[in-house]
Amino acid sequence: MKQEIIIAGFGGQGVLSMGKILAYSGLMEGKEVSWMPSYGPEQRGGTANVTVILSDDRISSPVLNEYDIAIILNQPSMEKFEKKVKKGGIIIYDGYGIHTPVKRTDVNVYRMDAMDAATEMKNEKAFNMLILGGLLKIVPMVKLENVLLGLKKSLPERHHKLIPMNEAAIKKGMEIITNVQMCQ
Amino acid sequence: MAEEIKLMKGNEAIAHAAIRYGVDGYFGYPITPQSEILETLMAEMPWETTGMIVLQAESEVAAINMVYGGAGTGKRVMTSSSSPGVSLKQEGISYLAGAELPCLIVNVMRGGPGLGTIQPSQADYFQTVKGGGHGDYRLITLAPSSVQEMADFVGLGFELAFKYNNPAIILADGIIGQMMEKVVLPPFHTRRTEEKIIAECPWATQGKTAGRKPNIITSLELDPAKMEENNIRFQAKYRKIEENEIRYEEFQCEDAEYLLIAFGSSARICQKVVEIARMEGIKLGLLRPVTLWPFPKKVIAYYADKVKGMLSVELNAGQMVEDVRLAVNGKVKVEHFGRLGGIVFTPDEVLNALKELIIED
Repeated sequence: MKQEIIIAGFGGQGVLSMGKILAYSGLMEGKEVSWMPSYGPEQRGGTANVTVILSDDRISSPVLNEYDIAIILNQPSMEKFEKKVKKGGIIIYDGYGIHTPVKRTDVNVYRMDAMDAATEMKNEKAFNMLILGGLLKIVPMVKLENVLLGLKKSLPERHHKLIPMNEAAIKKGMEIITNVQMCQ
Repeated sequence: MAEEIKLMKGNEAIAHAAIRYGVDGYFGYPITPQSEILETLMAEMPWETTGMIVLQAESEVAAINMVYGGAGTGKRVMTSSSSPGVSLKQEGISYLAGAELPCLIVNVMRGGPGLGTIQPSQADYFQTVKGGGHGDYRLITLAPSSVQEMADFVGLGFELAFKYNNPAIILADGIIGQMMEKVVLPPFHTRRTEEKIIAECPWATQGKTAGRKPNIITSLELDPAKMEENNIRFQAKYRKIEENEIRYEEFQCEDAEYLLIAFGSSARICQKVVEIARMEGIKLGLLRPVTLWPFPKKVIAYYADKVKGMLSVELNAGQMVEDVRLAVNGKVKVEHFGRLGGIVFTPDEVLNALKELIIED
């Protein structure tokens, strides 16, 4: 089993840290993992993206042609990555960041209103964990207990008190993800 | 007990490995995409545990000369930087080679020339294996293609540097530096005692003891006849390194009709190219030079008699391809494919280039 995932959005949306938590969760699950960021000035306001691979076998290239799953959190990323999802693959997008619908009909599309939910939770930083929850609902590639272990590993100890809040956000994300289109 | 598997960036792995291999001193100056090496060392505060010194110098030039000073006392010392910073270090590197001092240099390459970009590149191949600084010298050059090798090559780099009294360099790039993968860190080695250093490095300037001549560390020799002797000695050492220290990895080469030659992160991408090509029925293999100097000439010459063509895949405008062509010596077609200035090729781009330049030609 192998999951090749791109997470793309604005810098500051927690794209890289969401990828990191997913990678750590994969590690806890005993999988092979690779996390490759697009690093650089993008982190300060432009588009940021990270490629995460979870696999039962050795991972060859961290650089990919196309992805099983694209998590798309802003419009420029939709333009860049919609065409790079495999046929029959998955696009998850945030309703707040995306203005034009997905054009492709050969992919499964899910919408999350995670920005709204985060505002409702009075915690905008929960945004990326809501998205992660939605992803895990659709493709349960790692167990929730391992995500929590992954959170523990990737967060500095002084932030461990935030883990229950993150867990709540992940569970909320599982509730708010909705299917928009099944692939034809 | 089995060592714990950790998840970290290549740069972080270098920092942790340096502490664990008993390095005495790190001297550096921050530059993307390798700043995590210095940052991690500072955060780990090894001066409180192993006694390792970590120092942010005022410049890259200062850092490499601190390495010169530390290496002269027989200590295990290192520096790291990225392309523009490594250019600044070249004078010091030439002096280290001329004074036959062991040390470890790390270059996490970014796109150039000049200040260039901060994205990954392999355009410092020529600088690293063909000189960089002035004079007839060579650097033992290790090209890691995984986070695990980033850690392992700190140990290997120092081992070879001290075996041959010569600087060694880890030539990585922004991908390997910035990506996170699983890694098993080496066990802790205690730093060598002064007595052990004096015993192992009788040439080191550790304070003159009675009954021996003073040790002098210098690359200067004003008598050209003696300077030629020095150079002849260096060259004999380089031939010995070429004889003993070539390292490479073969990936599905046994029945290959075509061969990719790639190092570092390009070799990772090329592994995927081999997987895709094999699914399409193309008998493709990958040869990955692990040491870029000494270069694995013989094995490439061996495959020149077996395959129909080779493609040298590099994140540059065609540098290693010159060494591949020298090894092949006209026996088979050799072409180059690359992307420049910080852009990274996808596996499909490489496969298309292979079809266009080698298979269909």
